[in-house]
Amino acid sequence: MKINIKHVAKLANLTLTKEEEKRFEKQLEVTLDTINKLNEVNTDNTEITSQVTGLENVMDDDIPQPSLSQKKALANAKNTYNGLFVVKAILEE
Amino acid sequence: MKNYTPIIGLEVHVELKTASKMFCRCSANYFGREPNTHTCPVCLGFPGALPVANAKAIEWCIMIALSLNCEINLLSKFDRKNYFYPDLPKGYQISQYDLPFGKNGSMELKNGKKIRIRRVHMEEDTAKLTHIGHPKLVSGSNVDKKMLNQVQHDNVSLIDFNRSGVPLVEIVTEPDFESASEVKEYLQKLQQIVRYLDVSNADMEKGDMRLEPNISLRPVSLRGVSPKETDEAISKRSPRSARDDSALPPYKVEVKNINSFRFVEKAIDFEIKRQANDYRYFPEPDIPPIHFTKDQISSLESQVPELPDARFSRFLREFSLTEYDSKILTREKNVANYFEEAVSIGKEHNISPKQIANWIINKKPNVNDVLPASLVKQIVSSTQVTSIDEADLEKVILQVLSENQKAVDDFKNGKENVIMFLVGQVMRQFKTKINANSVKELILKSIGD
Amino acid sequence: MIYKLTIKKAKEWLANKEFSSAELTKACLDRIKETDETLRAFVTITEAHALEDARRADELIANGDDKPLLGIPFVIKDNFSTVGVQTSASSNVLRGYVPPFDATVVAKLKEAGMVMLGKTNMDAFAHGSSTETSDFGTTKNPWNPEFLPGGSSGGTGASVAADQAIAGIGSETAGSIRQPAAWCGIVGLKPTYGRVSRYGVVAMASSTDSPGPMTKIVEDSALVLNVLAGKDPHDATSSPKPTKDYTKGLNKSIKGRKIGISAKYIEGIEKDVLKAFEEARRVFEKLGASVVDIADLGIDILDPQYSIGVYTILQRAEVSSNLARFDGIRYGNDRSAFGDEAKRRIMLGTYTLSAGYYDAFYKKALKVRTIIVNEFHKMFEEVDAFIAPTSPSPAMPLGSSKNHPMFGEMADVLVEPSSIAGLPGINVPAGFSSNKLPIGLQVMGTQFAEDTILNLAHEFEANTEWHLRKPEL
Repeated sequence: MKINIKHVAKLANLTLTKEEEKRFEKQLEVTLDTINKLNEVNTDNTEITSQVTGLENVMDDDIPQPSLSQKKALANAKNTYNGLFVVKAILEE
Repeated sequence: MKNYTPIIGLEVHVELKTASKMFCRCSANYFGREPNTHTCPVCLGFPGALPVANAKAIEWCIMIALSLNCEINLLSKFDRKNYFYPDLPKGYQISQYDLPFGKNGSMELKNGKKIRIRRVHMEEDTAKLTHIGHPKLVSGSNVDKKMLNQVQHDNVSLIDFNRSGVPLVEIVTEPDFESASEVKEYLQKLQQIVRYLDVSNADMEKGDMRLEPNISLRPVSLRGVSPKETDEAISKRSPRSARDDSALPPYKVEVKNINSFRFVEKAIDFEIKRQANDYRYFPEPDIPPIHFTKDQISSLESQVPELPDARFSRFLREFSLTEYDSKILTREKNVANYFEEAVSIGKEHNISPKQIANWIINKKPNVNDVLPASLVKQIVSSTQVTSIDEADLEKVILQVLSENQKAVDDFKNGKENVIMFLVGQVMRQFKTKINANSVKELILKSIGD
Repeated sequence: MIYKLTIKKAKEWLANKEFSSAELTKACLDRIKETDETLRAFVTITEAHALEDARRADELIANGDDKPLLGIPFVIKDNFSTVGVQTSASSNVLRGYVPPFDATVVAKLKEAGMVMLGKTNMDAFAHGSSTETSDFGTTKNPWNPEFLPGGSSGGTGASVAADQAIAGIGSETAGSIRQPAAWCGIVGLKPTYGRVSRYGVVAMASSTDSPGPMTKIVEDSALVLNVLAGKDPHDATSSPKPTKDYTKGLNKSIKGRKIGISAKYIEGIEKDVLKAFEEARRVFEKLGASVVDIADLGIDILDPQYSIGVYTILQRAEVSSNLARFDGIRYGNDRSAFGDEAKRRIMLGTYTLSAGYYDAFYKKALKVRTIIVNEFHKMFEEVDAFIAPTSPSPAMPLGSSKNHPMFGEMADVLVEPSSIAGLPGINVPAGFSSNKLPIGLQVMGTQFAEDTILNLAHEFEANTEWHLRKPEL
């Protein structure tokens, strides 16, 4: 199976070097070969299981609780400005 | 472009006015607050933080769906919509994919056309990005000019996460719109409905209600082919069109940042372009599925108030109002309620619904300040003429005329509208309301004498 | 040598004022200083905090307080959020990140009186079974520093095994508690998914992540589970099912218990491991349990090899989404700081979820998961528990995982099926290999059967002496 490494890296928001692209492509194909073993298992008429707890309807009442202070919210950010997080300019398309 | 005909569908996001956010209990009342003061590990997307859904928001979403004649999925769930943008703290938005709370609804326009509602689902809002250099920011905050230059020079955007995680209901139509006026009517009705439900302020200027038209192009030769897409196609449309170049439509573009009705018409002419998004939806493992019983849905249904359309028809029927009056009176729920309350009080005073309607529409009383009973009293007194001893009245008129000789002269010189000033002066001398016309006649008579 | 104590013993001695928590904490800190240059079990040592916690614990002890873990020195895996203390998940991406909140597990341990010695090393973002993917260096196995401690909770495993701490906390997505416990020769309990809150644990695969204790003896794991188990309002997937006193019933006779085994779980495992497993089986039989091959009960199960595929797909997909939040804007460093393993996992997960591939991979895996869940369900209608070797081999030499994109999945093949199904499992020391490395036995049970597997593990431990051996350091 062939993976379009460049396309996937773009979707994953990862910047890969040429060397990484090559290496990962090989390694991912090894992984895919292993997981393709699943095709041997017949799953016709089998439902999916995305959660194993059997829980349903776990919700919370609409009652506000205190938030973090602005200082705490920003404490781990590399760049802040006037109480805001700073990110390299997002250019409107 | 001439080989294609545009097909317009709408995606409308309605921000709910719950007290807390969708997946954490930070206050959702963020408008105008200091930036990043309404956040927590959950809505900032800190490592390890987990979402817990807001029960009220889900109920409200279902009430919106019911109001749009949707079928309700008794078994529903949340999914992750994966994409990267700095305003999306987790790198995915918790939304709904194949099991939205509502589906297959409709809204009827006044020309009788039904706009099909494809789905009504629940999701969370993103943070607010501000692009520095935006005039509002410069003038609106205490920005150190030197710092500002530096930040501007570095070409950055600023992020406020107060809005991150506020509940949003997304309402998606089929591509059924053929004109801008249809779009406008749909939006106005939708706005009325959510306001009637009292689940959103739906203020477009504040961004409570946001619009993303989807404009697809359909080759003219394919006319008549149903443009209906499956749910799967909605979410996978872009990658599909990006990959499969031979199949042109459906191209779709979501035109963002349309925040008032007047932009709608422009939106139709927006440039069509492709997006390279592939949202990689999968079931949200952090939130167990939602399972409603039919009884629970019926109980929510019973909480849906009479909606604008139904009320409009009833006003026509029950109060013999004109379409114009009914439309104005049912536009907002509190006005309609006010009207009905005044009507029932007015009944005891022989005041007709039409009189009340006229009064409300013409005088525009503040329905929050003036009690319906006071309104009725005003109408009553305006229609009743207190009989006053004619001799008393004449005495007052003579006095007023003598005190306002200049006005009398002006009148005699042809300034006829001065008469109303004199009428007013006379009426001021009486505590009760008297008939202005008879005063006017008496004054004319006195001047003429 | 008081650092060698178990929670159970340390509690007794603290209560009898044989020593103070400050003394015990100091002893552990000294032991860390003495051994950690070799082992490298820690990412962060919180000495000052620990001594302060101990001093406060001593005050409470003097006042007759009897919180369940009062004054007991613990180590915590570095993917548990700790307020004011770096939580890096051993990754460069989170290097320097200091959470403004405690994981629920940490909050509960603090409430119970624990003294936190520090944060332990792990595979970066828990991606691995060796600690070799850590951006803070590889932890060494205390039994032989030329060997791996296993992972991803390898730091906690090595630290507890080396008596740097009285007990520790790990987290398991599929094997990350049991496998390092097996390779380091200690007890590791992976509770039922949802029994212990995930809130504040840096997410790996959200649908299987399960925090749990790593301890010197079975009873200690029960004591810690008593503190950790229960519904957390911050974790919607945590179970509201009532908890139990897991220390009660540990000594119950296991006579007449039915324990399942399967040939599919011993195919291809190393000779020493097989030998230890056969011996373990005899121990259970001697205690009056009947050990039966589930095939003889007419129960067929998928080869655990298939679980590798299911687990790999689910975990990579969830990882690709869970790691999307790391953009360096609000905390940590940007996405260029990810190591190879994280990048590979993100790439594969992104690929399998992308348009056109979802059904072939993710959906397929969720369907096979249903089959695995159903098989276990059937099995546990027939047997009380299921035993197997924890790992196909004892600890492997340093460097084994390098450039092996499926190292973890292969090392964890025998724990993956029960993890996928969200079932509880416990590792107990069950022997040693010819090169003097520990071998582990795992006891698995049905959902919320922690009491059953703790009882079986405890009785096994009480009738063997493997857990008494200590590495020479």
